[in-house]
Amino acid sequence: MFSGLDFAAASGEVLAVVGPNGSGKTSLLRLIAGLLVPGGGSIGLEGGEAELTLPEQSHYLGHRDALKPALSVAENLSFWRDFLGGATGDVKECLTAVGLGHATYLPAAFLSAGQRRRLSIARLLVVRRPVWLLDEPTSALDTAGQELFVGVMREHLASGGIIVAATHTPLGIEASELRMGGGK
Amino acid sequence: MTPLAALIRRDIKIALRVGGGALIGVLFFLTVTVLMPFAIGPDLPLLARLGPAILWLGALLASLLTLDRLFTADHDDGSLDLIVMGRTPLELACAAKALAHWLAAGVPLIAATPVLGLLLNLDAAATSAVALTLLVGTPALTFTGMIGAALAVTLHRGGLLLAVLVLPLSIPVLIFGVAASQAAITGPLSFGTPFSILCALSLVSFVVGPFAAAASLRHGLD
Repeated sequence: MFSGLDFAAASGEVLAVVGPNGSGKTSLLRLIAGLLVPGGGSIGLEGGEAELTLPEQSHYLGHRDALKPALSVAENLSFWRDFLGGATGDVKECLTAVGLGHATYLPAAFLSAGQRRRLSIARLLVVRRPVWLLDEPTSALDTAGQELFVGVMREHLASGGIIVAATHTPLGIEASELRMGGGK
Repeated sequence: MTPLAALIRRDIKIALRVGGGALIGVLFFLTVTVLMPFAIGPDLPLLARLGPAILWLGALLASLLTLDRLFTADHDDGSLDLIVMGRTPLELACAAKALAHWLAAGVPLIAATPVLGLLLNLDAAATSAVALTLLVGTPALTFTGMIGAALAVTLHRGGLLLAVLVLPLSIPVLIFGVAASQAAITGPLSFGTPFSILCALSLVSFVVGPFAAAASLRHGLD
């Protein structure tokens, strides 16, 4: 799909992956997340926990929200907290932080697209992971939601995290740019 | 809560809630068994002789009914990506999902067997023999069916394909399940021999199923 790609992101940095549709932004994120096998080359995390692989230390926020409509908002989030494991936070606090405090017991089936995205963002907060892989994170979010998300990202960076985000719209945060496609 | 317990709890909850489909299997099992006497006719000894086979076939088809969604549901909403990335080995996660499916969809079938046995003129001893073989044999159906369910993720819309792939694999389970039930009811074989083989088939499927399913999932993600 692509070749000759060389990039790095340091602790506290944002790497914005930009490029036209079909240039391989999502594929690149899925490669980093270990969901695709690279045809060649290597991806690695320096520092971090030695016993864990890069995917095991990453959050992946894809196009699909990984929510079960039959479960309530809190049940969805508690499941991911328990399943993903590691250092975890409080479900109620994280829901309040993304503005879903009032919808805790509502089945996820009733959430709007923006609310579903907010619930996915709560997953980033409830389980601590140093690397965030975000695919079009702000799509479906309203202006207030985007501002909230910028705050969430700033906090993550301040604690030494790394963000790799595929995006079309500016993230609202200073980032180094990786341009895909266009014969580069 | 440990990751695996959380996964099992979530899958059972979803199966039992609206649209989950755990009870669809029991309804299907009931329908098949109720239809059989109408097709065969009111010959009570014949019904009793065919009873274990009918119950086993009904349970086999009913357990396949919801199995195709075992991984595709998680694949469609993106959960499977996170499960694959997680710190829990994928093989264990697959085994947990199969166990949850069996608890939500398989156990109700076994619980329904005594009631359905009445419709097929099976006495208490015969019904409990069938229920016992189902208890031991249905996990093997789920754990081998899981391999097909994992392949169905790779090959989109593989619902029917699942049945074609999985039914041949379940022939040995069916043979020894019915053989053990018949042996308990009429003889002349001892119950122990086919029953032990049935147990062995289940144990083999516990080992092979999760590894085969995990391997298929790893290669099948796009």
